[in-house]
Amino acid sequence: MDLIFLAELSVNGALTGLLYSLFAIGLVLVYKSSSVPNLAQGGLTMLGAYVVLAFSIQLGLPLWLAIPIAVVLMFFVGLGIERVALRRLAGRPIVMILMMTLGLDIFIRGSTLAVWGGTSRPMGLGISYDPFFLGPLLLSRVNMVGAAVSIALFIAFLFFFRSRLGIRLRAISDDYTASWSVGISVERGVGLSWALACVVAVATGVIWGEIQGVDQSLSLLLLKGLTVAVLGGLDSIIGAIVAGILLGVIENVGSAYLDPLVGGGSRELLVAIVLIVTVMVRPHGLFGRHDIERV
Amino acid sequence: MFYRQAGIRHRSYVSENKLFPIPADRNILWFLLALGVLAPFLIDSLYLNSYILPWLIWSAAALGLNLVTGWAGQLHLGYAAVMAVGAYSAVHAARFGVPWEFALLIAGFSSALIGSVFAFAAMRVKGLYLALTTLAMQFVMDWVLSHVPAITGGSHASLQAPTFKLLGQPITSDAGLYYVAFGWCVLVTIFILNMRRTGLGRALVAVREKDYAAAILGVNSFYYKIIAFATSSFIGGISGAILVATFFFLASPEQFSVTVSIQVLAMVIVGGLASIIGSYFGVALILLMPGIANSLFTLLADFSGLQFSPETLAHIPNAVYGALIVIFLMVEPLGLGKIYSNIRDYLLVWPFDQIKK
Repeated sequence: MDLIFLAELSVNGALTGLLYSLFAIGLVLVYKSSSVPNLAQGGLTMLGAYVVLAFSIQLGLPLWLAIPIAVVLMFFVGLGIERVALRRLAGRPIVMILMMTLGLDIFIRGSTLAVWGGTSRPMGLGISYDPFFLGPLLLSRVNMVGAAVSIALFIAFLFFFRSRLGIRLRAISDDYTASWSVGISVERGVGLSWALACVVAVATGVIWGEIQGVDQSLSLLLLKGLTVAVLGGLDSIIGAIVAGILLGVIENVGSAYLDPLVGGGSRELLVAIVLIVTVMVRPHGLFGRHDIERV
Repeated sequence: MFYRQAGIRHRSYVSENKLFPIPADRNILWFLLALGVLAPFLIDSLYLNSYILPWLIWSAAALGLNLVTGWAGQLHLGYAAVMAVGAYSAVHAARFGVPWEFALLIAGFSSALIGSVFAFAAMRVKGLYLALTTLAMQFVMDWVLSHVPAITGGSHASLQAPTFKLLGQPITSDAGLYYVAFGWCVLVTIFILNMRRTGLGRALVAVREKDYAAAILGVNSFYYKIIAFATSSFIGGISGAILVATFFFLASPEQFSVTVSIQVLAMVIVGGLASIIGSYFGVALILLMPGIANSLFTLLADFSGLQFSPETLAHIPNAVYGALIVIFLMVEPLGLGKIYSNIRDYLLVWPFDQIKK
């Protein structure tokens, strides 16, 4: 393997990894404010993509209009999920909350496919599929756009968490009871974080839908998104970005070397192993907060 | 009413430790057992073997998962992987010529071995992180199953299970297969029922409530976590083997994929953590309701004259399955077992209602 090939694998891996970060941001946002593992993000991503398509194809709206409408709609879907499903589980054991998000994921996936059907359809952003030449490296244009969106969202959230509303969310994530006692509406804050996760889901759905077509395989991103979120630390957005790049490179370079040895398909294996190793060695991830448990 | 407490006075510790202090509970159980034994004569063999039999085997499997998740409090999202180990080792052993009795034991022990690997994750982390690790291990097992032809015969292949035999007698009749599943389910239920009264059961509950606190009291929490994982994997492995031997008749990787792991956990949680009767209810609900909902939906479509595309009908069961989990967690987070015990508590003191909250 020559160096240029390795560089190309790494750069493309990093770009793909940033797309995993996009997914992981949705997980981190919810976990940060409410310590709830948002395993429904896969279903929400799929729903986001289908809603955009519903407006752009079935209603014939142009994409630049369909996407904002979908964003607004999904914002309220997120608020609704928190209000209806998760608020009454607050304080319950983690296993029930985990099962609730898994149940939501199954329900959203099932009903989305029941309404719109499972055949793969293009998103139609109109990004050229010709490779982009960076010196000797061939890069995918769609991945570059996706990575840019990912970075842009990251910067937006960086500023958001410095705003008044964002500081409230940070306070909520720090301590529920203390936030209540100073008059912060914890319920509204958690609802907002779900709504933002749903907005991120639309962005993820649009970009990934452009790359691989809109169908139910969009929800399979969950394992990779989870791995990125855990590797970066479940409550750190910068962690999601760094870990995304890291996982993308590991996955792309590793599978290029491993695939000939094991007969293909080593990507999922690598991702699962990264997840196991992260949890075993450093459960709080690269940038996550290390919680101390008291008896 | 029904659950009469009149005349129950304990004069010794032995009588106080009885499995069922209230006669009604015991009588109900005898009645259910008789119903189970007589089921082949009461129920049409089509329903018996396509609904009751998988229900019983999955109940046994769910009880095994309940042991580790409900009693010992360790989240386990890789239970299907453990069942797969049991199923494949039993089928391979049986194909190799080992009698089925021993093949089932091999299934149990090999699952217990692999299942203990999951316990090493439980030593390092708990709660959400344990769930994620076991989920990742499930993905590793999925990958191994679909990429190692020596085990499964390739990614899309399925492995034929040899005819099930006990004591040299081939068991092929519908009633015979049913009794195998029924027998296994009864065995597991008796084990779990009695576990509550043993030191093991109390130690597991102590570990669940707070493992550090249990350690301070002298309960070796690592040891009991491994025991919990190994025991539940033993049960899961044999359940997987029996499932393949009496219901599927062949083993293929997608029977034990990650969705199945989630499904078993859903059965346990919808049924109620650490509830035996709840496990039965949960399995019945998760296993049978989507099919029932689908036929209801088809009926409705016929009745109202609405046309639904086959794709819509194909995905309705999934949506119903997800909705069931969500609704039951919203209405009664402690599960169907809790609903049963609420009714029982009410009847216990009827017509008075002192224990109403």
